[in-house]
Amino acid sequence: MSILINGSTRLVVQGITGSEGAFHARKMLAYGTSIVAGVTPGKGGEWVLDGKIPVFDSVKSSVEVTGANTSVIFAPARFAADAILEAADAGIRLIVCVTEGIPVKEMMTVKHVIQEKNVCLIGPNSPGLISPDDAIVGIIPGSITMKGNVGVISRSGTLTYEVVHALKQAGIGTSTCVGIGGDPIVGTNFSEILSHFEADSQTDFVVMIGEIGGREEENAAGFIAESMTKPVIGFIAGQAAPPNKRMGHAGAIVEGGVGNAESKITALQSAGVQIARYPEEIPELIETL
Amino acid sequence: MRLHEYQSKDVFSKYQIPTPKGRLASTPEEAKLIAEELNTAVVLKAQVLVGGRGKAGGIRLVKSPGEAGEEASRILGAQIKEIPVRRLLVEEAVNIQQEIYLGMTIDRETGNILLISSAEGGVDIEEIARVSPEKIVKININPMLGLQDFQGRFLATEIEIPRDLWRVFVSICRNLYDAFRDLDATLAEINPLVITTDNHLTALDGKIILDDNALFRHPDYIDKRDISAETPEEIEAQKFGLAYIKLDGNIGCLVNGAGLAMATMDIIQHKGGKPANFLDIGGGASSEKVAAALRIILADPQVDTVLINIFGGITRCDEVANGIKLALNTLKTDLPFIVRLAGTHEDEGRRILADANLETVESLQEAAEKAVKLSLEPVS
Repeated sequence: MSILINGSTRLVVQGITGSEGAFHARKMLAYGTSIVAGVTPGKGGEWVLDGKIPVFDSVKSSVEVTGANTSVIFAPARFAADAILEAADAGIRLIVCVTEGIPVKEMMTVKHVIQEKNVCLIGPNSPGLISPDDAIVGIIPGSITMKGNVGVISRSGTLTYEVVHALKQAGIGTSTCVGIGGDPIVGTNFSEILSHFEADSQTDFVVMIGEIGGREEENAAGFIAESMTKPVIGFIAGQAAPPNKRMGHAGAIVEGGVGNAESKITALQSAGVQIARYPEEIPELIETL
Repeated sequence: MRLHEYQSKDVFSKYQIPTPKGRLASTPEEAKLIAEELNTAVVLKAQVLVGGRGKAGGIRLVKSPGEAGEEASRILGAQIKEIPVRRLLVEEAVNIQQEIYLGMTIDRETGNILLISSAEGGVDIEEIARVSPEKIVKININPMLGLQDFQGRFLATEIEIPRDLWRVFVSICRNLYDAFRDLDATLAEINPLVITTDNHLTALDGKIILDDNALFRHPDYIDKRDISAETPEEIEAQKFGLAYIKLDGNIGCLVNGAGLAMATMDIIQHKGGKPANFLDIGGGASSEKVAAALRIILADPQVDTVLINIFGGITRCDEVANGIKLALNTLKTDLPFIVRLAGTHEDEGRRILADANLETVESLQEAAEKAVKLSLEPVS
């Protein structure tokens, strides 16, 4: 089995009539993802994607009629937080937000609501997920992956593509690839996805792609040391980046020296994670295990 | 978007946080006039968006209006870390008993707001946080509930503020929180928050950073953005929605996605080369945007090799290839180009570049190796 998305995913696309939503809905459908509905307020009753997918005015009505259990959001930044809250309110348990540029203030509210309702939010500013051969929820191109036993977690978009592509070139497949999103506040962190992979029978190895900034990788290192039995291979982007443009004293005080590539690599290595120096070294490291 | 000290203090005043009396001057005459009005010793403070103003001579205490005029003409003509000083804040001088740190930022993990304080504020606060973290007190504020007075009192007791100042301190915390929320700030700090020798609290310096994604709610500030601390290339890049940071190497990089752009810089360094810049064209870039990116890279005289790395998802490789062609039609350059295209419409992209006599490579590793090799060859 893969994690989070699989053959029983019933997907509703929020923002399906926008240009990005329509474009990627078509791609997800062509890959074999079970899209059951679209939502655009004010366009309920229309049928899109060659008349195959019904559009609803609200997530709630789409869930009632189609039994949707997963949502992907392409709504514009000003409306995306509202779209997440609407999906959570309608009882959707897995929400994937692709939208980039949502104000932090709205995300603070979202973070509290999803914790209270026990909803899994992936993103925002996420490329989404792919479980090869089963489903794409988001914008990851299907052609660059193949089914296999490596779980992939990443904070970035195109760098994730680079890595799963490098794995495929080396004949290594992916169980599920999850982009958790690059924004300051995201719904789900590395550790939560790691625990899903630890429990997943299809996954034998995990590749974790981090980048400079924040404490996410350092926290994940703690989780790996305590709870992961499966081997983890890591890559941290930004080793060659100059010291961060500073975010004022409060940022430096909060992070207290963590956040740069060296700190992340040291933390992960001491948790037993093998670190690749560049993306194409990841499959080489897996082959030695 | 980072606000100037004077803008931050305008916010403080609006939210009833006490600040020293003063005004902004852009000429020595104005500075002299303000000093006369204040009728006391004044401090002249250069308004530039870089750290270390004081040590660079951008802050001066003067005793008379005449001296204020003279010093103002010196500072207004000067540059601080290569940024010309155009405005001065002229403020009444304050006698300091104690410097406190008070700041607010976002806690990424919980989605809460962190209220941070220390009895030892001032310019060395980061050093204190590093060496003696126990001197820093942090409080988590749930934004659904807002800051409660007891949290402010707790902070006051922890950093041992005299009891007679608790009430004012708590109201400063509450007002700073309101400003932080109302303005969509990601950082708001008063450093130092001063206890004066006559036992008043006043905000001697301040810094506020606004969330760029929320500026649509604060149109007043969009026009006030100060770009004097940015290079012409960075300003040009912003115009086209490109993320560009100049570095000191010689391999110009053009990449889609921030993570991949950093990974591209990493592999260049790993192979023994030096990246000249970070440049992310973002997702779904048009050929015009790609051409603008290339113009910015080629304007850097240090660049002697160009590495383009595109992994197409939303971005289409043919669109990028057309952009490269477009730029090369107008810009004459003999520099070597290494282009790596993968993903959406990669074959079309390669064909377009082959027509323009540009070779493409398959993998990132190969691209980096080639670029580094060429960049290390002596310029003929």
